[in-house]
Amino acid sequence: MNFLNGITLLLVYQLVGEVTVRLLSLPIPGPVLGMVMLFLTLMIRGATPEPLENASSALLSHLSLLFVPAGVGMMSHFGRIADEWLPITLALFLSTIITMVATAGIMQVTSRWFSSPEDAGGQRDE
Amino acid sequence: MNEPVIRDIWVYLSTSPLLGLTITLVAYGLAYRLYLKSNSSPLVNPVVTSVAMLIALLMLTGTSYEEYFEGGQFVHFLLGPATVALAVPLYQQFSRLRQLWLPVSISLVCGVVIAAGSSIGLAWMLGGSTEIQVSLAPKSATAPVAMGISETIGGIPSLTAVLVVATGIVGAVLGTKLFEWMRITDDSVKGIAMGVAAHGIGTARAFQVSSQMGAFSGLAMALSAFATALIVPWLVDLLGI
Repeated sequence: MNFLNGITLLLVYQLVGEVTVRLLSLPIPGPVLGMVMLFLTLMIRGATPEPLENASSALLSHLSLLFVPAGVGMMSHFGRIADEWLPITLALFLSTIITMVATAGIMQVTSRWFSSPEDAGGQRDE
Repeated sequence: MNEPVIRDIWVYLSTSPLLGLTITLVAYGLAYRLYLKSNSSPLVNPVVTSVAMLIALLMLTGTSYEEYFEGGQFVHFLLGPATVALAVPLYQQFSRLRQLWLPVSISLVCGVVIAAGSSIGLAWMLGGSTEIQVSLAPKSATAPVAMGISETIGGIPSLTAVLVVATGIVGAVLGTKLFEWMRITDDSVKGIAMGVAAHGIGTARAFQVSSQMGAFSGLAMALSAFATALIVPWLVDLLGI
């Protein structure tokens, strides 16, 4: 029952997100709005209900599995990928490396700039 | 063996979602075991191995992707609730985030612009078609978000899904090596970069390194999903594609 309540809550937020996005024709995907709304709810409540915690950690711990069916979709795009394999593979590969290196570099530099002196010794634990 | 009976069974299985769903879970289970056997080497990423196994199996049996997806959609569907579920680690790490909110927001916005801009720019320089350029643009966001964006900006959502998975794999495989090479030791920095560049697949990898890196990566993935949805359509408009 516990797990069921958690998953139901996630689906309700997704549903409300999808409906709101369509009603207001917002440019963001429904699940993202659902995530924002759930986040705000948790902030207001000030705690994570246990069923929600269980359902979300179950889903997130097997996150890579959820990408498999989309990955298999590669087989229906073999033609397209074969036609433009050079721009696709090279742009994807290089852009991912550039993004990773640039983001890490920017985060490294900015977190040094903005860290207040008393925090510099080590991070506090909750 | 009785040939017609086998054919009847096959006809039943190929029209029912049971087979597609079961082979997805079995392939992933095998791929995950292989991954553990390899001492968690990022090269044996369970997504790559299971996708390769499934494509080989479908091609050998002459099954189309549409038939497979009858079952695969049940797993694919869970990407939606999983996106909503990201609110939970986001909330739990919020006090951490509040301390680092300025560097995180700067890195996030820059990362999202660089991810989309560099993929559009590189694809354009290498002679890729407009469709390919826009399908690549949201590739660093998590699959359901990227597919939604791709649709709004005139890309091919199902191609974007494939590119998203490939991006995640590249990031998960190369990420830790790149950080080593850059001499970055701070798990919050590594996590943010992983989540921005390589979404959920990168986050799954980050959790294997440390729970702190995983939490930050999950956080960055959630926030960059949101930022990508807001920034990329605008960027594409600005570039006049």
